[in-house]
Amino acid sequence: MKRVYLDYAATTPIDKRVLEVMTPYMTDIYGNANSVHSYGREAAAAVDNARRTIADCINAKRTEIYFTSGGTEANNWAVKGTAIRYREETGRNHIITTQIEHPSLLESVKYMEKHGFDVTFLPVDSDGTVKPETLEKALTDKTVLVSVMTANNEIGTVQPVKELAETAHRRGALFHTDAVQAMSSMKIDVRDTNADLMSFSGHKIYGPKGIGVLFVKSGVKPDKFMIGGHQERTMRGGTTNVPAVVGMAEALRLTVEEMEENNKKVRALRDRFIERIGAEIPRIRVNGGMKNRVPQNANVTFEFIEGESLLLSLDLAGIACSSGSACSSGSLEPSHVLMAIGVPVEIAHGSIRFTFGKNTEENDVDYVVDVLKREVERLRKMSPLTSL
Amino acid sequence: MYNEKVMNEFRAPANVGEVENANAVGQVGNAACGDIMKITMRIENGIIEEVRFQTYGCAAAVATSSIATKMIKGKTVDEALALTNREVVEELGGLPAQKIHCSVLAEGAIKAAIKNYLENYKKEGAVAEPSAR
Repeated sequence: MKRVYLDYAATTPIDKRVLEVMTPYMTDIYGNANSVHSYGREAAAAVDNARRTIADCINAKRTEIYFTSGGTEANNWAVKGTAIRYREETGRNHIITTQIEHPSLLESVKYMEKHGFDVTFLPVDSDGTVKPETLEKALTDKTVLVSVMTANNEIGTVQPVKELAETAHRRGALFHTDAVQAMSSMKIDVRDTNADLMSFSGHKIYGPKGIGVLFVKSGVKPDKFMIGGHQERTMRGGTTNVPAVVGMAEALRLTVEEMEENNKKVRALRDRFIERIGAEIPRIRVNGGMKNRVPQNANVTFEFIEGESLLLSLDLAGIACSSGSACSSGSLEPSHVLMAIGVPVEIAHGSIRFTFGKNTEENDVDYVVDVLKREVERLRKMSPLTSL
Repeated sequence: MYNEKVMNEFRAPANVGEVENANAVGQVGNAACGDIMKITMRIENGIIEEVRFQTYGCAAAVATSSIATKMIKGKTVDEALALTNREVVEELGGLPAQKIHCSVLAEGAIKAAIKNYLENYKKEGAVAEPSAR
């Protein structure tokens, strides 16, 4: 059976060129990067190189790059580390974020709320964008941290991070951005966006899983999060995952180098998909604005259908995508992102996220559209809601 | 997540659609919660001669609709009323814990349809009681 993977926002395959540079660090150059002997020094040199590569890709300094176990850890660290440290130092105890963040960010902020912080979850407009004016109004002299994602994981909308960072800084607050979903398609210059902290991960950019980075601008000093040994200049204990670090650096280097070409390809496929389903399947809507949006994302609501049913019907036809549908997560609440952009609750359950990638081909898109037409019709015939 | 039996019922559900000349119609659930089940039946002499369903919901909702209609077809109204969601889940060989509420929906739709039948029956001013309480 033909199989089509349209879930690149969930994870990506490792680029074979990335795997190639990683392999020796599992078999031959296996030393602990903290060991003093030659085995350790070889590994440490590889980590240093990787750190430099990653720093260069985002215009950061080497000393501003901290390796973590992934985006979730980086988000946890950014929120908890800065909130705790700077409340102690400045007495500020207010955190601002948005209603559409990734759970790792939202839950970290809620955790700080439990520990005495005031928190504000900013609304977004129907495109899924946070207005700098909205942030401006929410900021107080007590605000210690503002965290707004660069690109949303469900609907792909891109936030005006530079303006938001400026707005936060004017009131003396730190600014963090979760850039996990942005790195595959956006060239990010941390000097330009001026974020104090930024999270990103390896497996969304054709690199390995289990590796991420927290960029921390010089002068910003979050509390340590993972306490232990002297790794990461004592800021993050734990034996360095050398092959993953090397792989992440190569993945990011290739991503930046080939970004323009890949974006062009992926955007064309995504647009073809949206155009075809728009013309061939009635009663659908694309969620989130199309203007400021990463090129790989299409989030579509199919009226009269529940998302999980459609997801599994597509899966039976070899197609992998993702549903923000509550029914697959076990709660009865539909996606918090779709709620925040004002998708009516009655139809939000019928939403599917399709995310395209550099291995997607045009005939994959056409296959998915054909199967979608068939399965949407089948499920609508089964639905008591449809009056088509 | 789902066992093979559930996936088979989902892939090729039985008794989809609406019964013509139905004398029992029940609908439960709502779109905001993500599932709606509508059951139509034709009941003759207290026997469920025909039963069909229309479901908006997840795979578990579709599978329980399908299996439940199979379980009550040809049965008496009393037998159908006695059907519990636990029996439906057992017949499916189990459902993930967070999906149990879908089987409650099937039981509810069947009970609603039979209630509708009994009410219709009373309105028609029939002499004999249908074989259900």
